[in-house]
Amino acid sequence: MGAAEAILLTVVTAAVPLLLAAIGELVVERSGVLNLGVEGMMIMGAAGGFAAATLSGSPYIGIFGGLAAGIVMAALFAFVTLFLVANQVASGLALSLLGLGLSGIIGEPFVGTPGTKLPALAVPVLSDIPLVGKVLFAQDILVYAAAAITFGVWWFLYRTRGGLIVRAVGDNHGSAHALGYPVIRVRLLAILFGGACAGLAGAYLSLAYTPLWIENMTAGRGWIALALVVFASWLPARVVVGALLFGAVSILQFHAQAMGLGIPSQFLSSLPYLVTILVLVLISSNRSVLRVNTPASLGRPFVPDR
Amino acid sequence: MSGAVEQVRAGEREARVRPDAAPLLEAVGITKIFGALKANDGIDLAIRPGEIHALLGENGAGKSTLVKILYGALQPTAGEIRWNGEPVRIASPAAARRLGIGMVFQHFSLFDALTVAENIALAVPPRESRAALAAEIETVSAEYGLPLNPRSIVADLSVGERQRVEIVRCLLQKPRLIIMDEPTSVLTPQEANDLFSTLDVLVAGGVSVLYISHRLEEVKQICHHATILRHGKVVGECDPQKETAARLASLMVGADIRALSGEHRSLPDAPVRLAVTDLSLPPPHPFAVALDHVGLELRAGEILGIAGVAGNGQDELFGAISGERRSERSDAVTIDGRPCGTRGITARRRLGAAFVPEERLGHGAVPRMRLSENVVLTRHATDGTLRRSGVIDRLSSRGIVDRVTKLFDVRKGTPDPEATALSGGNLQKFVVGREIDRKPGILVVCQPTWGVDAGAAAVIRQALIDLARSGSAILVISQDLDEILELSDRIAVISKGRLSEPRPTAELTREEIGLMMGGVGEGGHAH
Repeated sequence: MGAAEAILLTVVTAAVPLLLAAIGELVVERSGVLNLGVEGMMIMGAAGGFAAATLSGSPYIGIFGGLAAGIVMAALFAFVTLFLVANQVASGLALSLLGLGLSGIIGEPFVGTPGTKLPALAVPVLSDIPLVGKVLFAQDILVYAAAAITFGVWWFLYRTRGGLIVRAVGDNHGSAHALGYPVIRVRLLAILFGGACAGLAGAYLSLAYTPLWIENMTAGRGWIALALVVFASWLPARVVVGALLFGAVSILQFHAQAMGLGIPSQFLSSLPYLVTILVLVLISSNRSVLRVNTPASLGRPFVPDR
Repeated sequence: MSGAVEQVRAGEREARVRPDAAPLLEAVGITKIFGALKANDGIDLAIRPGEIHALLGENGAGKSTLVKILYGALQPTAGEIRWNGEPVRIASPAAARRLGIGMVFQHFSLFDALTVAENIALAVPPRESRAALAAEIETVSAEYGLPLNPRSIVADLSVGERQRVEIVRCLLQKPRLIIMDEPTSVLTPQEANDLFSTLDVLVAGGVSVLYISHRLEEVKQICHHATILRHGKVVGECDPQKETAARLASLMVGADIRALSGEHRSLPDAPVRLAVTDLSLPPPHPFAVALDHVGLELRAGEILGIAGVAGNGQDELFGAISGERRSERSDAVTIDGRPCGTRGITARRRLGAAFVPEERLGHGAVPRMRLSENVVLTRHATDGTLRRSGVIDRLSSRGIVDRVTKLFDVRKGTPDPEATALSGGNLQKFVVGREIDRKPGILVVCQPTWGVDAGAAAVIRQALIDLARSGSAILVISQDLDEILELSDRIAVISKGRLSEPRPTAELTREEIGLMMGGVGEGGHAH
């Protein structure tokens, strides 16, 4: 395996959890809901996934554990914001804190337990292509799932009536309601989908990225995923580019250390967050780009009048 | 209103005869009670197939409530709706659409970020393919004279085009009755005429239209029959072609509306109070308009009207004059000879200017603040009585609220409610009144009578005229051409960010202004 191939491989594995979490949040935000609890749903996915995999002995069962944990957290958020009409920002922040605490309790018995890594599934012939073969075609099932989900989200949003309804609800919930679309139900489903994706992203961390349970192992990836959605101006294809870019930046530190560059490791490990801030500032300064794709109802609670 | 206006409007259509047929929709004894308020009180209404039926009434007469009941958005407290003679219950807008009732909203219910085709797809049952829907859209738009490009993003469309989308969307549902809520309030005269042609085609095909409007001249021109509401009750039915506009208005209001006093004046020698010189600004966001070498001079004692279709740079011009957006050059805007192009809104207020933006809630007033606090927000810098050693004097600000309330008949539940608690028309009266009460040397006002009823509109317009007569200079930016013609001494038209040379009102015809609003020609082109 050459050095370039190794770097590409690590970039992809670093990008996958960001991609999964961000693509889910993209759908949530397209429906007009801002769920800042991605970090909390993700860490619960990691804990739930690892617990389920260890107890059952199968990493595939673990995937379902992560999925379920993410959905449960999202359902809580949906209940509070859609039905009790609580403030979305405050609820999302609370969800993140709750997830961090709760996952610590769930993960407690598993600290130091060795995990089982999701096996790589190599596609015959294609995985033998030099340089990119292993990177693209000898990955575990969650990597393929991330690619499929991303494509699926794009197809759904821009090629189906259901996706059109999601975008309509996010653009103007008043009009969508007047036309007879179930705004609350659309948003509920979008939030649950976002939770499922965040759960998968967490499960990827504890089942494939580092098959271990470590408290707070998401290490702010949920926040980066949130920034990614804005970075991508709510377009699925740009989320892929952004996830790879952010993945590459976060991986850079290890390679820089390995190469013995005289840069403090603390600086390098803070690089992804610095880049996030930088990119957000750059994007926000160009309001025209933001305005075209920003869901106009983002963060605005919907209460139908009687 | 000048004689030329009447000429353009009258005589284009032959007399309309109300079709003699059993009613398509009949409302019997419709009553709707909100708390202590009887919004609708035993209303009877019968709409025949193939007629344009006008529903007239002041703000708060109960028109919107009745329409919402007919469209299924509200349920009546009592009364019955019959469709083709059969009693029906219209439980939701979807149920109304299934019956064959379509609605074109006053404030468009479109999705800005989506394309025309997507907007329409959302409102109709799924078609076989996108291509099939696009073909259908093209057929309907050709048939009714409503040209549209299905692939355009709605945010990029003009108001007239947006209304076409609404109408096409409504027509694709094959309605038998179309409800139109003030459809011409945002259109140029030409666009309105196009709409009337479309309505002609519709009624010729047997479709009925319930037409809600304040504009009596156009009701006289196109409607077969009119039902007039006042305080939630039907006060009369008539053939509007046989009534004068004045009689229709007095039926609506229940009293005669007093005519405005004040002739259009020409003041070439009065001192210039507000001057805008060669002002160009790039658009602040992609849906905005760039200001393109705008220049104007506003003299003491005059009212200058700026006409134009929404979205042609009115907001941007207002922002540049008020100081919400500063320009690079100090002399781009001068107030009483003092350059202030680079200075902010408070500095300009200190120079004697006052500003009323178009959007009253959120721009003209902070929704969750009390009226007295909203008074402080625009007047703290210019009104010494509002502060005592740096602390807000609440008595003084409440005194201003009371004064404005009395003068402009602002109706509110409590003495000092939050701005958001006022109805749109009443908040408009308050926001305009707050600035007029200051007796500013220069007043820049957008849409001064947007959403207020004819009686209150007359009060506001008279106050503007009186303010000008006392030596102030007033700039009125409005999409309501009648208002511009009535108020202004001189008129300029804004189109795509460019302002035409102001000309005396007496020299202009409605048609000329309309053409300029549509961006056709500058100045004398239409002669």
